[in-house]
Amino acid sequence: MPTLETTFAGIRCMNPFWLASAPPSNCGEQVMRAFDTGWGGAVWKTIGEPITNVSSRYSSIDWNGQRMMGLNNIELISDRPIEVNLREISEVKRRYPKHVIIASLMVESKRHAWHEIVQRAEDAGADGLELNFGCPHGMSERGMGSAVGQVPEYCGQITEWVKEKARTPVIIKLTPNISDIRMPARAAKQAGADALSAINTINSITGIDLDTLEPRPNVDGKSSHGGYCGPAVKPIALNMVQQVMSDEQAALPMSGIGGIGVWQDAAEFILLGAGTVQVCTAVMHYGYRIVEDLADGLLAWMRRKGYQSIDDFRGLSLPNVAEWKHLNLNYKIVAHIHENKCIGCELCYTACWDGAHQCIHLDRALPTPNTSRTPEMIAAESRGRISTTPIPKLDLNGPENTGPYSTPLARIPRVDEHECVGCNLCSLVCPVPDCITMERVDNGLPAETWDERVNAGLVTEGSVTAGNPNI
Amino acid sequence: MSFFDQAPDTPRIAARFPDLHPPFNKIAAVTEANRCLYCFDAPCTAACPTHIDVPRFIRKIASGNLEGSAKTILDANILGASCARACPVAVLCEGACVMHRYNQQPIAIARLQRFAMDALYESSAPLPFAPGADTGKSVALIGGGPASLSCAAELRRRGIRAEIFDARPLPGGLNTYGIAEYKLPLAESLREIDLLTQLGVQFHFNSTVDAKKLAALESSRDAIFLGIGLGAIHRLGIAGETLPGVTNALDYIADYKSGQVTSAPERVAVIGAGNTAIDAANAAARLGANEVHMIYRRGPEQMSAFAYEYEHAKLEGVKFLWHMKPVGIKGTEKVEELELVHLEVTSDGSLLPKSDARIRLRVDLVILAIGQGTHTDFLDSPKINLERGRVVIDRVTGQTSNPKYFAGGDCANGGREVVDAVADGKRAGNGIAAWLEGQDANA
Repeated sequence: MPTLETTFAGIRCMNPFWLASAPPSNCGEQVMRAFDTGWGGAVWKTIGEPITNVSSRYSSIDWNGQRMMGLNNIELISDRPIEVNLREISEVKRRYPKHVIIASLMVESKRHAWHEIVQRAEDAGADGLELNFGCPHGMSERGMGSAVGQVPEYCGQITEWVKEKARTPVIIKLTPNISDIRMPARAAKQAGADALSAINTINSITGIDLDTLEPRPNVDGKSSHGGYCGPAVKPIALNMVQQVMSDEQAALPMSGIGGIGVWQDAAEFILLGAGTVQVCTAVMHYGYRIVEDLADGLLAWMRRKGYQSIDDFRGLSLPNVAEWKHLNLNYKIVAHIHENKCIGCELCYTACWDGAHQCIHLDRALPTPNTSRTPEMIAAESRGRISTTPIPKLDLNGPENTGPYSTPLARIPRVDEHECVGCNLCSLVCPVPDCITMERVDNGLPAETWDERVNAGLVTEGSVTAGNPNI
Repeated sequence: MSFFDQAPDTPRIAARFPDLHPPFNKIAAVTEANRCLYCFDAPCTAACPTHIDVPRFIRKIASGNLEGSAKTILDANILGASCARACPVAVLCEGACVMHRYNQQPIAIARLQRFAMDALYESSAPLPFAPGADTGKSVALIGGGPASLSCAAELRRRGIRAEIFDARPLPGGLNTYGIAEYKLPLAESLREIDLLTQLGVQFHFNSTVDAKKLAALESSRDAIFLGIGLGAIHRLGIAGETLPGVTNALDYIADYKSGQVTSAPERVAVIGAGNTAIDAANAAARLGANEVHMIYRRGPEQMSAFAYEYEHAKLEGVKFLWHMKPVGIKGTEKVEELELVHLEVTSDGSLLPKSDARIRLRVDLVILAIGQGTHTDFLDSPKINLERGRVVIDRVTGQTSNPKYFAGGDCANGGREVVDAVADGKRAGNGIAAWLEGQDANA
């Protein structure tokens, strides 16, 4: 039987699912309830000198009727006194000795301040420390949070100070609000950090109220840039985790964060090298109970794939992410429409014409295919054709003849495979699963990358225009 | 006073005939709208006789652009609100939805259309169209039903004067008086016609047009549009048909809609099995009849009512007597009994009595719904070509054999849906405008 038990930077974990440092881990009562539902650990909401928050502080993006595709906040670190947080950490740790509690810390960029908070957090019983170098709003304006995370030298300096004192593993939480996330990660590693976590939230403005012209979240008519998170940020987070984990000078045990809500998300982060994952937005949306599916789904997948532990598949996808110049230029696929599944919505047709390479046509029922008709011409012809409208029951003799498929042939698009560039767009817009598949075309050419062409002298280095020598 | 304000106040009818398809709330409408695939050259648009750009108006609901959505609907179909309620969508737009071939549940186009139109009324925004610059031309439209209304709107948008003459006290024809109240309430029909007043359409009520008046109109107007619909419901031609307690479906529906009939007697028989017959039978059931029988001389497979109308009637408790034919109505002062014979279908398809035995059905009210005649008698036949009483028109322009006369709706197509009449009227409006322009060019 596979197990979710794992060890992260020396910390024993019952499972890799941690609450991220955020409102769901704000107090002892919450963290204990989370542990009761199955969370393996919690990164306590960042402890520091208590702050004053504004209201409101969250806003979100909905998409197609789905709530909270992206969430934004302008909330700061814990607004409760340090002593209260530490006392509650001790209490929770006493009651839940096997669960992981990481203390997230943020204090002024002064050596003695960091020494003091590290000592106090560890005395309270924290299993590890996470240095919050990521918070993009409010705290950064006071010289903390992402103001530190954006400057590799500061990252390194503070990590050094913390390591002078720390007895437990030190995790550096990275900000995505930087052009190359590997730089602060390298600095942290060089300064002796034990692990990394990524990503923190992304600077954002979620939107503006079109009635009042006030941005959201609204604080007395004004707003501020906030931190973006939720399902919308997962692709950005995955890329940043991959960047760090593929970089020898930066790679460390990684706790993946960013848009994780279901077990597939967790598996993806682990496949790119993460050892644990941290969850916040999904818990804020649906509550602690989502961890049941995270664990259950991941275990079932591991069983299907034959993995016994997290380490069995951690990082397995890293070698499959390469620079563009290492991709096979001779790999060719084309779209194939499965006529028996097509429902005739013709979204692929208009997408290919307006958004791609004009190689899908509506001419199956024409005696001579005419590939020069644009969507506008087709729509105009159609409008001209219909002057009276039949009512099936009254006007048609028997059911409408549709040919061999349930959709009339005239409505089933045709792919010009010689013109198709294999871009994927049609298969992405098609609403019916497996109706458009991308099929490999055997062009008889050996695999060849841009890099190989340069090395073989077929194109000059730095050239951007030289064509394919095989054509 | 607006037409809407002239609608009779009928709380008892309103309570007995609540919406058959309740309106969407905002969240449900947006969710449903987002289900629409936004097909290219969409089959639903082709299946709508007025060719409303369905995916376009639905997309605007999804984005919250309700004003634009209503405008898209009205642009193609000036009676978009009543069509949203009265259309047999299962055999038109929703019947053509590609979803049938995917997950079998078509987009609820009619309810979305009603949502957009209701939103327009609630916002009390004016009609999003202005009349065209005055061309000095004028057209008389005979009949105030959907064909004339739609033709008039088209003419006004092109700057042509439009005057509607109707025999009834309120406009709308069958839209106002002939559609079951749980589908299209009388007040809703009138509310929509108020939009036409904003376009400058003029109405003349209680104004029957006969041959003499038509001649006067012909000489004083640039063109005539005939939207006269059909005539009286056919009669059975059997004994006792003049007894009190014998009525016809259209009168019955009009009477309860306007509040003149608010209850039904114990036992009701409806003769016929078309969509109108079903509307009348359901009405009798809802108005309190204990027993409602529908009597049809053929079987369920030959009835002209749509399948879902048949299912609906069964749910209302209507009972069907197939292969029966009334041969006599008995009663002293009023209807008491209906005499029926059982019919048999012979090998050549004709219907013959199975035996001489008569079946007696006790009834208090007999409603005839066996098709309508025409009333084109006042039209001078050599002047306008008729065929079996129907006005013969060019399908694309609505023009009759007399170039100055155009026609559309039931009087030309023999009786179809509201939306067909609207489409006819729209085409005729275009046709009249083009014909008038052509005359100017030749002059």
